[in-house]
Amino acid sequence: MFERIAYNLLQVFVVVAFAPLVEGVVSRLKEILQSKRGPSIFQPYRDIWKLLHKDEIVSEHGSWVFRAAPYVAFAAPVFVALLIPVLTRYPLFFAFMGDMLGGGFVLALGGFMTTLAAVDTANPYGPMGASRTRMVGFLAEPVFIVVFLTVSFVAGSTIPYIVQTRWVTPIASFFEPSHVLLMIAFLMLILAEDGRIPVDSPSGQFELAMIDRSKSLEYSGRGAALMKWAGAMKFFVLICIFLNVLVVPWGLAPEESGTIGVLLAIPLVLLKVFIFVLVLVYIESSLAKLRLFRITEFLGAAFVISVVAMITRLSEI
Amino acid sequence: MTVSPFPVIAALDALTGALFLLTALGVVATRQVLASLQLFVLQSLLLALSAILLGIALGSIHLFAVAGLTIAAKAVLIPWLLRRTLSAEIYRTREIERVLNIPSSLLLSAVLIILAYVIASPILAAVDVPFAAINLPLGLAAIFLGAFTIAVRREAVPQLLGLLAVENGVFFAGAAIVPNLPVIAELVVAADVPVVALVAGLLTRRIYRRLGTTSVGRLASLREL
Repeated sequence: MFERIAYNLLQVFVVVAFAPLVEGVVSRLKEILQSKRGPSIFQPYRDIWKLLHKDEIVSEHGSWVFRAAPYVAFAAPVFVALLIPVLTRYPLFFAFMGDMLGGGFVLALGGFMTTLAAVDTANPYGPMGASRTRMVGFLAEPVFIVVFLTVSFVAGSTIPYIVQTRWVTPIASFFEPSHVLLMIAFLMLILAEDGRIPVDSPSGQFELAMIDRSKSLEYSGRGAALMKWAGAMKFFVLICIFLNVLVVPWGLAPEESGTIGVLLAIPLVLLKVFIFVLVLVYIESSLAKLRLFRITEFLGAAFVISVVAMITRLSEI
Repeated sequence: MTVSPFPVIAALDALTGALFLLTALGVVATRQVLASLQLFVLQSLLLALSAILLGIALGSIHLFAVAGLTIAAKAVLIPWLLRRTLSAEIYRTREIERVLNIPSSLLLSAVLIILAYVIASPILAAVDVPFAAINLPLGLAAIFLGAFTIAVRREAVPQLLGLLAVENGVFFAGAAIVPNLPVIAELVVAADVPVVALVAGLLTRRIYRRLGTTSVGRLASLREL
């Protein structure tokens, strides 16, 4: 039992420690694709370190919501990392606390606090970004619901550890049409939810065009560091859910392999994440950002794809 | 519903069918004329792939003929004809005029797909052909989506592509139900469809030269003098 607690904490440590690295690799790869050299892949760590040593300034109009939001946003992905399969194929000590829906709610709580904090200071850009995030959010919500419904219907469970084995036993079921369609729909969701390029430009510096990033403009010092770190962790957690539950549950440590297996799973999972990041960078570099009111079309397409996945599943083909 | 005796081929066919349906959705929803033409070519290739898979499973030489004719007619000949007859300006059009906006037409498409499954289920209960459970509802859905494309688009070329998508849907459903359709019927269709595309393409060119647009919706306001 103590082993499982230790593995669980190790899992959280992996998420906390490697999330900024993923962010760094993404931005470096994008710059390389544009024939530039780009910043070091460790730049996000340096940014976070620098911000942690700076003074924090809070607007005198800000309330406790503004101060609390970075901590909630930081805690939410850490908590979700306890629940989902990051390294192991079997549930760890704290996994009983919530299923996939529970994890989704906790992640949504972080997003909710960030949105409130953006409205709190009355900075004109914050509420604009907040309302836009909500717009993307409520368009993404039906897709989330249909995807989770279909996935849990197929596996007969909402526990991620049961779902992940369903798609690969037997291996032919990996190519089930509903599975392929669900992967496409969920990939589109990750792009929308994390503010990636067809929906939002993560590296854009122009406040009027921002969706996700303008919410944390008001933060400085430790708050800014936590927000940046929390964003990276949320992205990492979403990738882990996508890869380990929906797409490729291979490379995770089986129950009998013990500590060595868990330690060995870390590089394997990072390799999987790296391959995903290559795909992501390709998508981001080959598409242009959509105009704000075209996001409905993007997510509408994701919704129809997920509905088709559900229909093909329900009619048992 | 019959359990297929060919599990691997059935899975691959189902995957092909799902992608086939996605391309049909793409023909409904894309903005660019060129993109919908490319999606149509992709859809025809997927149709050919499904025909080949069914041909292997059912041992039907006719289905290989269908696949060959589909690739020759729809993936090579029709795009070539449409590009020859229509000027590049039509393909450069980005914003296609349409009756409904894209999200609502996508939602209506989802309803149409569900409708196709509802209609197909009593037919499937009556017939006992392997693969019909996969191909019939998806083919019906593609027929509906093609017809919907014709209804919802207002430009001539995308409407033509909708018509051709209906034709693809008929073949996709038919490949499973009547795998031994005589080759002569396939040949007639394969010769017919490019002619349709050619005539429609030439007509569109005339419309474009006269009016400077291919937006068919505006033809409704023409009056006899």
